[in-house]
Amino acid sequence: MFMETAIDTPESKYEILPKTLSNGEMDGELLEVAMGPQHPSTHGVFRMDVVLDGEKVVKLKPVFGYLHRNHEKIAENTTYLASMPYTDRLDYLCSMTNNWAYALSVEKLAGLQPPERAEYIRIITGELTRLVNHTCLVGFLLQDMGALGTPLMYAFREREMILDLFESLSGSRMMCNYMRFGGCRVDLPAGWLEQAKRAVDSYSGFLDEFEKLLTENEILVARTQGIGVLPPDLAVNASITGPMLRASGVNYDIRKVDKYGIYDRFEFRVPLGDHGDVYDRYMIRLLEMRESVKILNQALRDIPAGPIVDPKAKLRGFRPKVGEAYGRIEGPKGELGFYLISDGTPNPYRYRVRPPSLINLTVLEDMCLGQDVADVVIILGSVDIVLGEVDR
Amino acid sequence: MVDSQQLREYVPVLILAAVAIAFAFGTLALSVVVGKWANRSRRTGHSTRVKDIAYECGMIPVGDGSSRLSVKFYLVAMLFILFDIEVVFLYPWAVVYKSMLVDHANLIFGSMLTFLGILFVGYIYALKKRAFEWKS
Amino acid sequence: MIIGEFFRGLFLMIWRVATDQPEAKADLLAVFPPSARPVISAVLTVSPIIGIFATLFALTTLLERKGLGRIQNRLGPNRVGPFGILQPVADGLKMLTKEDIIPRSADALVHFLAPVVLAVPTILAFAVLPYGRNLVPVDMDAGILFFFAVGASTELAIFMAGWSSRNKYSLLGAMRAIAQMISYEIPLIISSVSVIMIAGSLSPVEIIAQQGRYLAGGFVPHWFVLTPWGLAGFIMFLIASLAESNRSPFDIPEAESELIAGHLTEYSGFKYALFFMAEYFGMFAVSGLAVTLFLGGWHAPFEFLEIVPSYVWFFAKLMGLVCLFIWVRGTVPRLRVDQLLNFAWKFMLPLSLLNLVVAAVWHFTAAWEFPGAGLGRWLLGAVMIGVPYVWLGRALSGSKKITQRTYRFAD
Repeated sequence: MFMETAIDTPESKYEILPKTLSNGEMDGELLEVAMGPQHPSTHGVFRMDVVLDGEKVVKLKPVFGYLHRNHEKIAENTTYLASMPYTDRLDYLCSMTNNWAYALSVEKLAGLQPPERAEYIRIITGELTRLVNHTCLVGFLLQDMGALGTPLMYAFREREMILDLFESLSGSRMMCNYMRFGGCRVDLPAGWLEQAKRAVDSYSGFLDEFEKLLTENEILVARTQGIGVLPPDLAVNASITGPMLRASGVNYDIRKVDKYGIYDRFEFRVPLGDHGDVYDRYMIRLLEMRESVKILNQALRDIPAGPIVDPKAKLRGFRPKVGEAYGRIEGPKGELGFYLISDGTPNPYRYRVRPPSLINLTVLEDMCLGQDVADVVIILGSVDIVLGEVDR
Repeated sequence: MVDSQQLREYVPVLILAAVAIAFAFGTLALSVVVGKWANRSRRTGHSTRVKDIAYECGMIPVGDGSSRLSVKFYLVAMLFILFDIEVVFLYPWAVVYKSMLVDHANLIFGSMLTFLGILFVGYIYALKKRAFEWKS
Repeated sequence: MIIGEFFRGLFLMIWRVATDQPEAKADLLAVFPPSARPVISAVLTVSPIIGIFATLFALTTLLERKGLGRIQNRLGPNRVGPFGILQPVADGLKMLTKEDIIPRSADALVHFLAPVVLAVPTILAFAVLPYGRNLVPVDMDAGILFFFAVGASTELAIFMAGWSSRNKYSLLGAMRAIAQMISYEIPLIISSVSVIMIAGSLSPVEIIAQQGRYLAGGFVPHWFVLTPWGLAGFIMFLIASLAESNRSPFDIPEAESELIAGHLTEYSGFKYALFFMAEYFGMFAVSGLAVTLFLGGWHAPFEFLEIVPSYVWFFAKLMGLVCLFIWVRGTVPRLRVDQLLNFAWKFMLPLSLLNLVVAAVWHFTAAWEFPGAGLGRWLLGAVMIGVPYVWLGRALSGSKKITQRTYRFAD
C-alpha cells in the first residue's frame, strides 16, 4: 500500500527545472533521468539523478547510501579486533589494504611496532592488492566503454592468480582478515614466496599485452581523451586523493609523503598525468601497476625471516591507553584513513573511516557537466568506486 | 501483358509477407498459450501499479517519457532524405552505365561526374555549415 | 495414388535442391491442379526461408555465445545438452514462458506492433537473395532496390518501440538508433550502387552471374571484392551493415552500460525474443547481400570446387561474415554517438561517393589496350581510393585532438 501511494506523487528531484535550457525553439526539453540504483554500470547500488539536454548532461546529483551498513557505529560497539573483519567489507576488492590501514591506526594508538617480516608481508600483500584493484578497474572501465567483457575477463584471469595467493595465505580470497595489531595473523605458507614471484613475473607480461591491445586503440583514445577533466586545483580543494589526484598532475602519494611501514626502503616512482582526464586516470593506473611490480620484486627478494607479530601485542584484553590516532595509507583508491579515539575501554570511543571512494566521488558533477550520457558512465568508472566503501 | 507478368513476380513476396506476419503473430500467440500453461501453478501475470510503471532503474519516473527532442535529430533526418534521394537518382544511371559505355562513353561518364560533383559541392556546403556537427 | 505422387514429387524436389538441379518443384507441382500451382509454388519457395533462417538464428546465438566465451577466456554455455548445443532450445522455451509486461503509460497497440513490424520486413528481405545456382525464392529484376526498401522499414519499428514505451531510456535509445541507422544507410546503399553500375543490373541473380568467371586457370575468382573499388566498397558495406544491424561497436542504441537496453528496455517475454530474432535476421540478410554483391554469391572460390553444391558456398560465406561480426563484437569498444555520426557523415559518405567515381573510372578504362593496362587500372583505382582514405582518416582523427601522451614520474 505504501508503494501505491508513493507512485501517485512522483517527487521532482530539482526544485526549479526549466522546461528547456534556453528559450530557443531549437532545443529539446530537458529530460530528468535517474541512472541507478538498478543500472548496469553504476558499479552497485548507486544513483545519479541526471538532467539531460538531448544527450548532454546539464545537472547531475550523485545519491548514495543504498548500501549503508552502519559500519562505524558497529565498530564503536565491538572490540578493536572484532572490527578487523568488518574492514574487509569496506572496499571488498582491497581487503588487505583496509586491514593494513586499520591495523596501522590501532598500532599508533597502542604504540605497537610490527616486526620486520610482518612489514614486508604487509608491503607484499598491499601491493598485490593494488594490482588486483587497478586490474579490475581497467577491466570495468572498458566494460563500461562497451568492450563487452573481453578486457574484463582477461583482467580477472590475472586477478585470479593473486586471489589464489591470498587464499593460500589467509584462507579467504576476498575477505582476507589477515592483518593483526602489531603484525599479521599467520606466517607465509611454504612455497608462497615462489608462487608470488611467479605471479608477479607474469604480471609485467600481462601488462605489456594489455597495453599493446588497448592503450593505442583508437576508439579507446577517442572515448577517453579530454573527457571528464578534473583540474588540479579543484582536485586539491575537494581533497581528492590517489590515482585520480595524480592523474591531475599533483604529486601526492602517501607512500612517499608518510613513508609508513617500510616504504622508504623501496625504489619506485610516482607517475603523474598532465591532463586529468579519463585517459590519464586509466594510464596512471597502468603505470602504477608497473611500479607496484617493481616494489613487489624488491620486497620478495629482500624479505627476511623472523617473527610476524610484535610480542607486546595481545589479542585478549586489548585496551589501548586513552588517546586518539589517525592512521592512513595510500590505498589503491586513495588515502584510506582510520581515525580512532580510545577511552581506555576494549571498544573504541570513536571510529571513523576516511573512505577514498566517497570523497573522490564528490567531484563527479564537476567532471560530468557538459559531457554526454555515454561519458558519464566512463567518468564514473574512472573514479573507481566500490559502493561498500562509499556507503559504509 | 507486361504488367501482369511484372505483378506475378510479387506473388511469392506477398505470400512471404503473409507467412512472416503469421509467424510473428503466431509465435506471440503461442507464447501466451505456453506461458499460461507453464505458469499455471504460479500466481503470475497479475499487473500491479508499481510493476507496470516504466523502468527507470528502480526509481519512479519524473516527467513524461516522450518529450520534445532536440532539433539535431531532425537535421540528421533532413540530411538523410537529401542524400537518399540523390542515391535514388543514381540508381537508373548505375543500371544503364555499362550498356551506354559502349556507344556514349564520354557522355555517361561526364554526366555522372557532373552529378557527383554537384553532390560533392552540396556536401561540402553542409560540412562548412557545420550540419554534421553533432555536438553544438 | 495422389499421395504417392505427392511424396515422389516431394522427394524429387528435395533431391534436386540438394544436388543443385533446376526445376526442383516441377514434379511436385504437377500433382496439384494448374490454377493452384502459382500459389503452391510460392508457398514451397518461401516456407523454407523462415525454417532455415530460424534454425540458423538458433545456431548463431549458440555460436555467438560460445565464440564470445572463447574470445573472453570463458567456456560459454555448456550446461544444456552435450557441449551446450541445446542452449537455444532452452532459451526459446524460457522466452515462450516469460511474462509479458507492458508499462502502464505505454501505448499498448504500438508497443505490441513494433516487434512484428520489425520482424516482417527482415524476413521479406530474404526473398530476393539467391541461395544457390537454382535457388532464388523470387527472381526479381529490381531485387536490390526491393531489399533496401524493406530494409529501411526496420527503422520505423525501432522508433515505434522507443516512442511507445514511454521510457526515457527507450526514447534516447530509439533516437540514437534512428540517427545511426539512417546515417549509415547512405554509405550502405552507395557502396552497393558501385556494384550495380558494374553489373548493369539491379537483379541479384545477374550480379552473381557477372562474378561467375575465373581467372588464372580457375584459381582466382572474378569476385567484385578483388578489385580496388570492390574491396573498398566491401569494407564500407561491412562497416555500414554492422551499424545497420546495431551490432558492436555500433551498438549505441542498446548500449547496455549506458541506456540499460535502449529501445528494448520495456520489452519482455516473446516480444523481446522477436526483436532479438529480427536483429539476427537483419544481420543475416545484410550479410547475405554482402555475399551476393561482393563475394560472388554462391560461386565457389576455385573453379574445381564448383562441384560442391552451390548453396554450401553461399551459407559458408554467410557464416564467415557472421563469425567476423562476432569477432568484432568480442574485440572492439563502443564509440560515442557524436563520433559515430561523424564517422558516417565525414568519412563513410565522402569515401563511398568517391568509390563510385573509382568504379566508374575502372569500367571507363576497361577499353585500355596498351601493355600493362591491367596493372595501370589497378594502381589508378587503388590510388584514387587510398589517398583520400588516408587524408580523410587523418582529418577525422585530427579533429578529435588525439595525441600521444608521455607521463612524468616523481621520485
